[in-house]
Amino acid sequence: MKKLAPLIMGILLICGILYGTTTYMNQAQGYTVGNTLTLYNWGDYIDPALIKKFETETGYKVSYETFDSNEAMFTKIEQGGTSYDLTIPSEYMIQKMMDKNMLLPLDKSKIVGLEHINPAFLDLAFDPDNQYSIPYFWGTVGIVYNDKFVKEEEMLHWDDLWNPALKNNVMLVDGAREVIGFSLNSLGYSLNDRDPKHLAEVTEKLDALSPNVKAIVADEIKMYMAQEESAAAVTFSGEAAEMLAENEHLHYVVPEEGSNVWFDNFVIPKTAKNFDAAYAFINFMLRPENAAQNAEYVGYSTPNKDALQYLPDEVTADEQFYPSEETMAHLEVYENLGQQALELYNDLFLEFKMYRN
Amino acid sequence: MTTKKSKLFYFIPYSMWILLFVIAPILLIIYQSFFDVSGHFTFANYQTYFSSGTYLQMTISSVWYAFLITLFTFLVSYPTAYLLSKTKHKQLWLLLIILPTWINLLLKAYAFIGIFSSNGNVNGFLEFIGIGSKQILFTDVSFLFVATYIEIPFMILPIFNAVEEINPSYISASTDLGANAWQTFRRVIFPLTLNGVKSGVQAVFIPSLSLFMLTRLIGGNRVITLGTAIEQHFLVTQNWGMGSTIGVVLIAAMVIIMLLTGEKKKRGRKMK
Repeated sequence: MKKLAPLIMGILLICGILYGTTTYMNQAQGYTVGNTLTLYNWGDYIDPALIKKFETETGYKVSYETFDSNEAMFTKIEQGGTSYDLTIPSEYMIQKMMDKNMLLPLDKSKIVGLEHINPAFLDLAFDPDNQYSIPYFWGTVGIVYNDKFVKEEEMLHWDDLWNPALKNNVMLVDGAREVIGFSLNSLGYSLNDRDPKHLAEVTEKLDALSPNVKAIVADEIKMYMAQEESAAAVTFSGEAAEMLAENEHLHYVVPEEGSNVWFDNFVIPKTAKNFDAAYAFINFMLRPENAAQNAEYVGYSTPNKDALQYLPDEVTADEQFYPSEETMAHLEVYENLGQQALELYNDLFLEFKMYRN
Repeated sequence: MTTKKSKLFYFIPYSMWILLFVIAPILLIIYQSFFDVSGHFTFANYQTYFSSGTYLQMTISSVWYAFLITLFTFLVSYPTAYLLSKTKHKQLWLLLIILPTWINLLLKAYAFIGIFSSNGNVNGFLEFIGIGSKQILFTDVSFLFVATYIEIPFMILPIFNAVEEINPSYISASTDLGANAWQTFRRVIFPLTLNGVKSGVQAVFIPSLSLFMLTRLIGGNRVITLGTAIEQHFLVTQNWGMGSTIGVVLIAAMVIIMLLTGEKKKRGRKMK
């Protein structure tokens, strides 16, 4: 008892000192409520040099925090512990957050430079008239293949993944919407299809794909494809860009019959405190030269049409990352499926994972 | 008086810990499992679980894989622990076996990815001796191998302790009375180490039921356990009720294992 009491006191004391130090350090580095922008973003999804530039230009301090899935971000904002001023969810999550009143409408008069954004990426179904969100990056879902194992003309369509020659040589991204989505596309349906009959067809078709599937993984796809562990993989365009940079035998295709196009947009969550800083950052990132620098660093496609001139021609001319209008017309945005259909999708996906030829 | 009081005092941290980090979470999980997505009280989650072929099949395969992992771990650990107790520098050898548990599980999994991948060391060796490279990653074999590797120290330790505790005079007595080595092992040593084996089985089987990082990293999601389903329900569908229901089933499975392998209170009565 005599020993425990000092121990508990000691722990409390250490907690107190640590708290004091944090406050002191925050102040010493200039983090105060008035001039700090708390940015909540995906990991490695912005050029750090741009944050520095923003800080010196505006005098705001950026506190950068990261998440690794829309759902994790959603949970944290919903619980509201930290006052995030700005975050960057994907479109289906924006819709969900709007439904739950977790977003604040944007004051358009404070936004400068919206005209730089390609009109094709504005006023979309998930956020009509961009009341809540400003485009940050966009991308697609497609196939990465290695030309050592697969010929270019053998990998143009989703159905090519079913090619028996690719036995045990295809990797899939671990996402129910992506996998069910491309199967729906391969059958000619919309990837937002909720018809149980169509989904039953998908189940059958996916079971036939099972012998070709080597693994259903997430970020590891990047490493595996670069190391030539597998001949082909279904993944996101930005991930693909990184793989292509590491291994010159890799290529990325967006099948023309249809695929998913997704958006990550700036939104101001209801936890925001420093609105001026949030708008200043949005405006800063809308400037074409900044958007271009960011796109070059991150590797995803920028929605900023005036930024394209600052990017190398080989990037902007690359049909796979900036697809032609014809392909774009076939790409679809994920709609919020609703709980029932979402669970159906996930159950199907679980069944598919369990199915062994 | 004072000793009694201080004993009570020492009991506080332990009971707080159990209350906050064991009992409260379990109660919360059980509570959650009775609610559907929109927050209404329901038994539907359990109904879905027990009427859905997918979940039942997944449960069976989870138990099956956990059983295999435990079996292989046992087959490796028992002889190792036994031999270990016969060596000269026991503590050093034991330390070497425990050492890998200091390394984070994810790091070990990534190391195995490097070893097993198509350009990895194992395939390099197979190529060298003329067999040619094989698909090793994302197979049942690699999953079981890595899981077994990771669980081995947790099985060796209790068995080793049990073997150490055997009074050598029992073994001498057994040989004196004419038993051969196999009989001594079967009738004397093994029964006396059974408690070590039981706690080893608990320490291995229970975590193996819900291994889910390994199923993705090493098994490439071609091996599915209940852990995968729980993750999906909590993160993707956000159906916490269903996720909790699976959690409750796992907890029930663990309790059953504990009861089956737990020490019997009336020990010693049965001896003839």
